[in-house]
Amino acid sequence: MGYKFKIFAVILLVFCSVFPQERYPVKIGSKKFTESVIIGEIATGLGKKVDKNVEHLEELGGTRVLWDALVKGDIDIYPEYTGTIKQEVFSGKISSDNELFNSFEKLNIKISGSLGFNDTYAIGMKRKLAKKLNIDKISDLKEHPELRIGFSNEFMDRKDGWHGLRRAYNLPQKNVRGLDHDLAYRGLESGDIDLIDIYSTDAEIEYYNLKVLKDNKHFFPDYKAVFLYRADLEKKAPGTLRQILKLENSITEASMIKMNEEVKIGGKSESQVASEFIKNKFGEIGDFERQTFFDRLFENTKQHLFLVSVSLLAAILISIPLGIIAFRKKKFGNIILSVVGIIQTIPSLALLVFMIPLLGIGSWPAILALFLYSLLPIVRNTYSGLQDIPENLRESASAIGLPDRAKLRLIELPLASRSILSGIKTSAVINVGTATLGALIGAGGYGQPILTGIRLDNISLILAGAVPAALLALMVQGIFDLFERIIVPKGLRIKSN
Amino acid sequence: MSIELQNLTKSYNSAYALRNINYHFIAGNTTVLIGPSGCGKSTLIRVIMGLIMPDTGSAKINGELLKSHNILQLRKIMGYVIQDGGLFPHLSTEDNVSIMAKYLGWSEEKINERILELSVLTKFPVDGLKRFPSELSGGQKQRVGLMRALMLDPKFLLLDEPLGALDPLIRFELQADLKGIFKLLKKTVVMVTHDMNEAAYFGDSIVLMKDGKIVQTGSIKDFVEKPKCDFVEKFINAQRSLHDFK
Repeated sequence: MGYKFKIFAVILLVFCSVFPQERYPVKIGSKKFTESVIIGEIATGLGKKVDKNVEHLEELGGTRVLWDALVKGDIDIYPEYTGTIKQEVFSGKISSDNELFNSFEKLNIKISGSLGFNDTYAIGMKRKLAKKLNIDKISDLKEHPELRIGFSNEFMDRKDGWHGLRRAYNLPQKNVRGLDHDLAYRGLESGDIDLIDIYSTDAEIEYYNLKVLKDNKHFFPDYKAVFLYRADLEKKAPGTLRQILKLENSITEASMIKMNEEVKIGGKSESQVASEFIKNKFGEIGDFERQTFFDRLFENTKQHLFLVSVSLLAAILISIPLGIIAFRKKKFGNIILSVVGIIQTIPSLALLVFMIPLLGIGSWPAILALFLYSLLPIVRNTYSGLQDIPENLRESASAIGLPDRAKLRLIELPLASRSILSGIKTSAVINVGTATLGALIGAGGYGQPILTGIRLDNISLILAGAVPAALLALMVQGIFDLFERIIVPKGLRIKSN
Repeated sequence: MSIELQNLTKSYNSAYALRNINYHFIAGNTTVLIGPSGCGKSTLIRVIMGLIMPDTGSAKINGELLKSHNILQLRKIMGYVIQDGGLFPHLSTEDNVSIMAKYLGWSEEKINERILELSVLTKFPVDGLKRFPSELSGGQKQRVGLMRALMLDPKFLLLDEPLGALDPLIRFELQADLKGIFKLLKKTVVMVTHDMNEAAYFGDSIVLMKDGKIVQTGSIKDFVEKPKCDFVEKFINAQRSLHDFK
């Protein structure tokens, strides 16, 4: 007894010591702006030299999403900025570096040394306008309350963002809008806004000929680029970690701006730029897989279909019984209908982000959110389909002596089938569209190229996600129209013709 | 094979639909429930079918007290026909007729035999058996409704205004066919109508109701010769005969 098991255990031990820790596939995260993705790609390229399974979960969203994912262990490492850590992650409650390290220690998080450049927040405007209004530093803005401001959504809410800035400089501007950082440059160019927040390493500063206003009161702290990583990485994948941390003190501000420019303005892919950086800096040829357009499309389609089909199937399995219960038990039914109705009113982006603390990042939180969204149309259509069965038919079904279950199966559900199916169809189409947001929390799908396309101002990339998503929605509709012929009984279809 | 009603009362939102109803339906007879709209005749037939539970009182079907636990059992010995037939639109004629028999596990052979027998009895064309209700005429729907009610060979047949929605010629023809079937099958029949002529034509006994109460019972002869009150007399005289115009 146990003899075979012992041999197995010994083999396993030997195996583990021959291939130590590096069997752990490190997951690298990045935020949804170009610089973060480039650093993520460089780290991935370096990491892959040790372990081919290193994975880059790119464009995951904002600071909150990445930080939560790191603490939860959904990712192992991601590039961050020191100012952001103090102001945003710890809400400005931490003053000394000592306190910061203590907080990290409690959460088993470690911080690398600076990667070599500072990417601070700054306020920018068109050079021409600045000259005309004679604006040189941020305090000059006080004289111009009429200026229209478009700040990135994250900047609007950050402690070190607009609120703090306004207080520090006592700024009078009222016309302040929040928008996507990458769209802000376009707003500036088209003249819809006059002032935006910028990162000091943004390639667009040169490209759009912007004036960076002097922070004469030194409001913005340092934003030195660093890596945050899980402490257990030192045991699980020391080789990969060592390789990634080679980046400490190796990216200058000038080279970061250049890389940003190559991607955002030169149109190169992040992985290409990352690979060139590794080659120049470390003299190593980067190990990057080149994906063709169709590889990507296939991958995105696979992910999108996975999100949609799993969430929809689960929603169908839960919603139809819920609809039946709502129909049978009126009081409880009202509660069910209200709850699924309330879920529907939660904005989809918010619902996605709510899921992160529960399920982390990736496909499952997106599937749960999509599932919740798909409930209402199916529950309501099941309920109303059953409710709309004429009284005389319900009475006839009872009068012939069928018990409740048989009545439901043989009479009520077939009579409600058209309504139920159209609820499912509505859910499916909404689901295909909403699933594009899944990319924000690392679920992939057609949202991925859309997200990248918005970031890089690349219409063809946006279309590469939007067109297949629209086609899929049409296809889903077509499939359900076909289903209708199979599922809705012939007698009901004759009537409607 | 009788139906006995004792002290039946039923009210909706404090308005009485049935008030202290006592009646014994005689086995093998056709009894007609008649009265103005809202008199409670349809409520009464629904109570007998167990579709509505009375507030107080009881109904005994075939000697058995109707309770929620034996409703399904008792419905198998009661055939029920409503206006328009109440046919399930998603099922073909034969599926409508055989739904309960199939549920009870009858063999296909037995089912087909019974359907054929019933289509002869109700004069329903055999080639219409595969059709759906939306493809049938009003009269045909009613014949199918009757076939469905008779499928399990029930002891009782209850009809709620079965001919109410038909045009006069078809109605005339169906009345004759129905009466023939009642006579042939010798079942205990309870039929609701608002038409005194129809009541006179079918009823071995007639039960006249008003405001949830039974006003008078008896044969048509009793009603004509010995009306109990002004209301009965008025109700009988409210029927126009074409003879008036001769």
